[in-house]
Amino acid sequence: MAILAGDPPIVRPRTASRGRAMARAARRAPLAAIVILGGLTLVAIFADVLAPYDPTMPVQGADMFDPPVWMEGGKWSAPLGTDFQGRDILSRLIHGARVSLIVGIMGTLVAGGIGTALGILAGYVGGWMDQVIMRVTDAWLALPALVFAIFLAAMIGPSMWNIIIILGAVYWTRYARVVRGEVLTLREREFVKLAEIAGASRWRVIKRHILPNVMNTATVLASLTVGVVIIAEASLSFLGVGVPPPQPAWGLMLSEARPTLMAGQWWLTVFPGSCILLIVLATQLFGDWLRVKLDPQLRNL
Amino acid sequence: MGRFILRRVLYSVVTLLILSATIFLIVRLTGDPVALLAEASATQEDLDRVRRQWGLDRSWPAQYVTFLKNALIGELGKSFNYRLPVSELYFQRLPNSLTLGLAATLISLLIGIPAGIVSAVKVNTWWDSAAKGVALLGLSIPGFWLGLVLILVFSVWLRWLPTSGAGDWRHIVMPALALGWYFAASMLRLTRSSMLEVLGSEYIKLARLKGLPDVVVIAVHAFKNALIPVFTLAGVNLVVMVNAAVIIEVIFAWPGIGRLLYEGIFQRDFPLVQGVVIMAGFMIVGINLVVDVLYAFIDPRIRLTR
Repeated sequence: MAILAGDPPIVRPRTASRGRAMARAARRAPLAAIVILGGLTLVAIFADVLAPYDPTMPVQGADMFDPPVWMEGGKWSAPLGTDFQGRDILSRLIHGARVSLIVGIMGTLVAGGIGTALGILAGYVGGWMDQVIMRVTDAWLALPALVFAIFLAAMIGPSMWNIIIILGAVYWTRYARVVRGEVLTLREREFVKLAEIAGASRWRVIKRHILPNVMNTATVLASLTVGVVIIAEASLSFLGVGVPPPQPAWGLMLSEARPTLMAGQWWLTVFPGSCILLIVLATQLFGDWLRVKLDPQLRNL
Repeated sequence: MGRFILRRVLYSVVTLLILSATIFLIVRLTGDPVALLAEASATQEDLDRVRRQWGLDRSWPAQYVTFLKNALIGELGKSFNYRLPVSELYFQRLPNSLTLGLAATLISLLIGIPAGIVSAVKVNTWWDSAAKGVALLGLSIPGFWLGLVLILVFSVWLRWLPTSGAGDWRHIVMPALALGWYFAASMLRLTRSSMLEVLGSEYIKLARLKGLPDVVVIAVHAFKNALIPVFTLAGVNLVVMVNAAVIIEVIFAWPGIGRLLYEGIFQRDFPLVQGVVIMAGFMIVGINLVVDVLYAFIDPRIRLTR
């Protein structure tokens, strides 16, 4: 592509209409998603204050498998019932929000960091660097993400921080592809060419001109990755290669509920699963809204 | 065309080489399998003997070359635990995974295509919003949790369906639904966008101008072309489902390759794990190659752009 004189600027200038545009965007913001995500974040931060009991210890005076309070035999001491060790479900759900959010956000940051860095390198440096990075990306994409994650988790061993690294190492490929594509067009734009002619170093061009212009895309991808990472963490924990017991992770709670599922203790399965559903639904809604707002090109993704 | 195919095949081979080397390295970097293979009372000499016996005393590059040579003739090594060739175990289980994958594909098509068409034909109406809601739920409900809830409803409460194992059609309903649900959402989205694109094209406008009734325009003229990408995705999804159904197969005790992988991981049976994971990569690289070549065949422009 030749240098076009009439290229429109990508980063929108700050003008007076920006305030009005933001107000319009705020009106269309997905209120339900923001309320759910905000609420869960607060719950995760203040889990120690909010949870009535220690999530890893049995409740004094409660039995195992107490049903929720509105059912026969339910007690107010454990409003959502107790699990196979007599631990309070509500407290475990509250602390589980912390695990899910930390893994979801940190895993996404790791994936986004790796993918964006590699995508910029491949797209801007080009040549053999591009070939090597893109062939590795292809190889990574050839395995179903969850199979790859289960494999890595089983090999490296379970802990919350290992899971974050593993999920980051599995889910970076999409960022690398999309960001590379974007950098390939940015590289030909006038302001990048001018910066290069003016003698700016590669590093400076990347930092000042490339990175700011791919941030929107990376943010949209991140908002859509969080939910995927949260489900992946729950799946790993469910299979016994994720967050190790006695930590209160939602996937782990589902796994612990499985042996007694046939006995009809539905609350052990329904509550943690609904929490996962709720948080992923909220991130998806928020991500969709962000996508339309920040990057119309990604609408079909 | 010949050059295009050659280049795509070459890319696929490179992809598989990188993939297999990665898997090979990770397996060997993370623990000593011989210690797990031998009995607790084994002496150092016993361990060395076992190591020699399985060829694990050689250097990694040497082991990798042997591994590649064997893989080329379809031999993936010998399982530690079953003392059988991995390929034999794999192909014993593959038909079960294929059955489950086909059933799940069928479900994803049955949900995704009608909902996608309705949502495209009645775009921006109540129907469209409902379909979007279904797609959103498809992406947000974890498949394995859906499986657990299905067990709760249909096995525990209603006592209609068996909880686990393989047998007649009743065994496959729940695992196929739990597996196909997520993919139904992607079918729906693709059918919708593909249908919208076709409905906006010139030949559809012409068909409408000729005065053909809506039903004919949609069912005969638009449907056929809009479904090409949808069936392509269904084919790719089938291969992914066959390989990625680990958690569903574990929940429903379905004797497929996902469960084989799961068992292999917990028995630290690394030839088995390595074999199953590499086969997954092989199948997915293969289907992508097939799709690329087919599309280049249909649409000559693709040959030039890549």
